[in-house]
Amino acid sequence: MTREVKIYTTPTCPYCKMAKKFFAANGIEYQEFNIAEDKAAREEMKNRYNSMTVPTICFNGEVLIGFNEAELREKLGL
Amino acid sequence: MYELIIIGAGPAGMTAAVYAARKKLNALLISSDIGGQVLWTAGVENYMGYQLIEGPELMSKFEEQVKQFPIDTKTGERVNSLSQTNEGFEVRIAKGESYQARAVIIATGKCPRQLNVPGEEKLKGKGVTYCAICDGPLFAGENVAIIGGGNSALEAAENMVKIAEHIHLVSLTPFTGDQILIDKVTGASNMTVFLEHEVLEIKGENRVERIKIRDLKSKQERELDVSGVFIEIGLIPNSTPVKEIVQLNHLGEIEVSCANETSVPGLFAAGDVTNAPEKQIVVAAGEGAKAALQAHRYLQRLSQ
Repeated sequence: MTREVKIYTTPTCPYCKMAKKFFAANGIEYQEFNIAEDKAAREEMKNRYNSMTVPTICFNGEVLIGFNEAELREKLGL
Repeated sequence: MYELIIIGAGPAGMTAAVYAARKKLNALLISSDIGGQVLWTAGVENYMGYQLIEGPELMSKFEEQVKQFPIDTKTGERVNSLSQTNEGFEVRIAKGESYQARAVIIATGKCPRQLNVPGEEKLKGKGVTYCAICDGPLFAGENVAIIGGGNSALEAAENMVKIAEHIHLVSLTPFTGDQILIDKVTGASNMTVFLEHEVLEIKGENRVERIKIRDLKSKQERELDVSGVFIEIGLIPNSTPVKEIVQLNHLGEIEVSCANETSVPGLFAAGDVTNAPEKQIVVAAGEGAKAALQAHRYLQRLSQ
């Protein structure tokens, strides 16, 4: 199954680093948006996904706010 | 059935895992994350062997060291309850599965304290945040409130002065943080300080819109228009899963002897979740080592 994974992050957020490490360790590609720099991405995260916290992880219509490894594993079928 | 289950993978839990593995105990390490509170620490200058290292990097090194040993590890799992059985203990995780062991080490550390006011739970991730360094940039050019009067609140305020339009700093007490930080923060032109004020409510439909605060002395209430609320009011020990079976102190910390024994034989505790003085990485690591060695001694006595 192909999935397009988007992760909204800030450079100072430890949970963002953990989320990226998780995807890398499971061999899943992702697109990262640094919302501290990328204003358009910041607005998209706030308005389209109604999230005000990072990491916000989006794939297959799912929006996961924060990093919860157990939940991610379940949603990704890992 | 395991000989030992270690709950928590911060400095205490990971050190305990290495010591347990070196004693060839059949052990399981269960944790919601790897690194615990150290993940939130930018620079560490007092962990011996490293003059300066970032918290997450130090924890990656701990993790690598744990992985050198054949120890079962379950991460991303939250422990719901711990109960005593005829043979030892049963640890139940949030998903419902359970694991048994003859001895257990609790090394679950601490987590951010919540305000417990109306609106807080509903607006989590919608403007209410417990990680100022994570979410700060989201509130560029907006009005925010920072709740707390200690160093973490002041550090959050120092950071937000550069990013936000206006900051309201609301503290239940006079400042308790370091004077150097207080001077930096209170001098900022886009900062209003409300000392000895309590937060009554966080308001908003889908997003934080305002907070209601009250002056403890005059009892006067007022509302502040903000889109973000940063809650920085200290930490509480993660002792809930064991609170029914072990002795806790008035702060909710697990009471341990100098040999890391709790009030229940076979149940040990180490690190910031305990009443051991000084919450430091090097102290937690040392306590983890002691707890694993004591657990090993206990298991040896059981099998005799």
